[in-house]
Amino acid sequence: MPDNGAAEIQSAPTTTNAAAAETKRQRVRVLISALGMLPVLLILCIGFHFLSEGRFFTGQNLGIVLQQAAVNTVLAAGMTFVILTGGIDLSVGSILAASAMAGLTLSKLPELGVLWLPAALLTGLGFGVVNGALIALLRLPPFIVTLGSLTAVRGLARLLGADTTVFNPSIPYAFIGNGSLTLVPGVASIPWLSVIALLVILVSWLVLRRTVLGVHIYAVGGNESAARLAGIKVWAVLIFVYGVSGLFAGLGGAMQAARLYAANGLQLGQSYELDAITAVILGGTSFVGGIGSIWGTLVGALIIAVLSNGLILVGVSDIWQYVIKGLVIIGAVALDRYRLQGSART
Amino acid sequence: MNDPILEMRGVSKSFFGIKALRAVDLTVYAGEIHALMGENGAGKSTLMKILSGAYKPDPGGEIRIEGHPVRIEGPLGGRAAGISIIYQELSLAPNLSVAENIYLGREISRSGLLARGVMREGVGPILKRLGADFLPSTLVAHLSMGQRQLVEIARALHARSKILIMDEPTTALSAGESARLFALIRQLRAEGLAIIYISHRMDEVYALGDRVTVLRDGRLVGSLDKPEIRADTIVRLMVGRDVSSFYKKDHDPDAGRGHPVLAAIDMADGQRVKGCSLTVHAGEVVGLAGLIGAGRTELAHLIIGALPKTSGRLELEGQPVEIRTPGEALEAGIAYLTEDRKALGLFLDMSCLDNINLAVLSRDAKLGWFLDRDKARERADRAFAGLSIRAANVGVPAGGLSGGNQQKLLLSRLLAIAPKVLILDEPTRGVDVGAKSEIYSIIDNLAKAGTAILVISSDLPEIIGICDRVVVMRAGHIAGEVTRGPNSPLTQEDIMALATGMEHLDA
Repeated sequence: MPDNGAAEIQSAPTTTNAAAAETKRQRVRVLISALGMLPVLLILCIGFHFLSEGRFFTGQNLGIVLQQAAVNTVLAAGMTFVILTGGIDLSVGSILAASAMAGLTLSKLPELGVLWLPAALLTGLGFGVVNGALIALLRLPPFIVTLGSLTAVRGLARLLGADTTVFNPSIPYAFIGNGSLTLVPGVASIPWLSVIALLVILVSWLVLRRTVLGVHIYAVGGNESAARLAGIKVWAVLIFVYGVSGLFAGLGGAMQAARLYAANGLQLGQSYELDAITAVILGGTSFVGGIGSIWGTLVGALIIAVLSNGLILVGVSDIWQYVIKGLVIIGAVALDRYRLQGSART
Repeated sequence: MNDPILEMRGVSKSFFGIKALRAVDLTVYAGEIHALMGENGAGKSTLMKILSGAYKPDPGGEIRIEGHPVRIEGPLGGRAAGISIIYQELSLAPNLSVAENIYLGREISRSGLLARGVMREGVGPILKRLGADFLPSTLVAHLSMGQRQLVEIARALHARSKILIMDEPTTALSAGESARLFALIRQLRAEGLAIIYISHRMDEVYALGDRVTVLRDGRLVGSLDKPEIRADTIVRLMVGRDVSSFYKKDHDPDAGRGHPVLAAIDMADGQRVKGCSLTVHAGEVVGLAGLIGAGRTELAHLIIGALPKTSGRLELEGQPVEIRTPGEALEAGIAYLTEDRKALGLFLDMSCLDNINLAVLSRDAKLGWFLDRDKARERADRAFAGLSIRAANVGVPAGGLSGGNQQKLLLSRLLAIAPKVLILDEPTRGVDVGAKSEIYSIIDNLAKAGTAILVISSDLPEIIGICDRVVVMRAGHIAGEVTRGPNSPLTQEDIMALATGMEHLDA
């Protein structure tokens, strides 16, 4: 390409300018989607603090918010993996219930009681892998498959406890549900539930951003056909993400079981999938896949928790809370559309 | 000549301070085919979008239609001013009928109900005038690409457009459909329409253009009248320099004959490919020619395991290999550059860096799982330098790059695995002239280094320019091979004869 020089030199200034402007715009875009909802979260916090006459930013209340956000954060982390591939997992609430039921039932056996935690995780993982296998190997649409398991697994959850509430006031590892990790004795502590949620976010970040598998997940969501041609085992990636979603739902089930010392197959985890999806979308992950980050999901989950907590503090009635949260979901999807307009995909 | 139908004077357009168009003067007369050429990014589409009303030009310029100054505003502004655009990606609703598409947005209703019958009758004469072989009631989904284009043209005529802009209209058409389209374009010219024809393809511009206008970096750099239209003149205008050796073939044309790298034997998929065999030697560039639909891409997909094969086997350097997925092909050292880089190749939202490294992530990974970011960065920097990929930095999303740079990006992903066999499917489609010649010299250098290369292309001058021999497919079979003798170069005629089946008539 030696005889190229002239043309390059000639067009260089315009290209560099254009490129620089483009980079700048890209940066702003990345910033908008990364920061995206963080300002909203801060504004909500400050707003509720004043509206509730200073009751929001208290150590006790923040602890409650973090605890309330924990389970949804874990579910939303799994959901992030799934939505990044362009899929959806509607079954996480049901899987959570089934895992909690399986764990609690096992915990009552004197010999095997301590195994209830791995059992809950494995139950979740198992259902997730089945979802993934149906989607990846039979090429069924994720919406349909997980809509089916939403119903079917709910049924199994009821079956596990013979449609009753299972109690175990002496469940092992109960501290993860109600205990706190002491950071500074007598001054600062953080609920174990929140510690777990934070660890889940960190591990998810590590997988998504620092491993080959993570790049493959983004690739499958960005362009599945191209991923297949590039030699990526798309089926394996899909089974993995639904497996992770199931596993995290199982973990969520364990967290709930340890917190409540009880589980009910019919009621536990009802419509949790909606909060998880809302958190992911609020966090800037694109519904069509390929774009998004786990930190955004954390912010999204915190917004939901702050919204619930703040509305109660301010004294908004239960009914209006539904209306407001619903509008937030629609606003989130509107944001998703707006963001897609600015992206390279047209 | 008569008075101009369209005059643009000093039309400029800037985006965020960057000039995409600089004081362009364009004059188009009724009854002429005006070819508009330029590299990608030269400003052709900006100009067209101003004429269609999608962009608002900067103040200061003037647009006159039939002598009257006009302001073209909003998406319907162009049509109201008598300008219709037929885009590369057709803008028809496949779930609606031909008549409904033609009337789209201007449906006729009788007392609030859609008057389908009236609409069908209304488009009848136009379809007849265009020589359409389908009915107004046919669903667009059932039409071929050529027929759909006819519907687009019918829609433009129905809107009484006087200026018709066609943006690379033959990209998706077969040779026969293109020929019919050309005849139709000439007919429309005879009927007094002004046609602005945008194309990258020199042969089309020769065949059709009454005048050629060339844009470069947003400026109009020259207008040529019919007698002055010559390839070298146009290319010089487009790239701003002489292109003496456009096609590059420095590698030894006889290199490595006798050391076959890839042998595909009796490949078939039971549909489009019916028992094809071919061999590519080390350091050799083999062309795979044929008409659209001959099964070339499908054969490539069979070789790399992207399609299930019903018969056939592969040998790599004399050893039988079993390849069932594109992943296994890459592991074996067979890389395939897709013809559709946006749909099947690139991840437009992902960074250039990730796009380049995608095929070698696992190989480079630390502890088998964790990304080696330094190595990835180094590889991307090397690819940017080696293939002169032009982008702000390796971190920008691939979707923001021009066609040529995207193609080089995709190519560098394949080169990262150091392939033994490289299959290139339409490597220069939608790529500007400068990047084309760069891609040719990349191919040439790879051949020099001993890579076995198979090039699928519909651009015959390209195939002849860069290939050592040409295998021709017709209707799923290998129709024959065209080789170069000491005194007999490869010719387009020989290849076309095989591709169309004319060689039997000659014999």
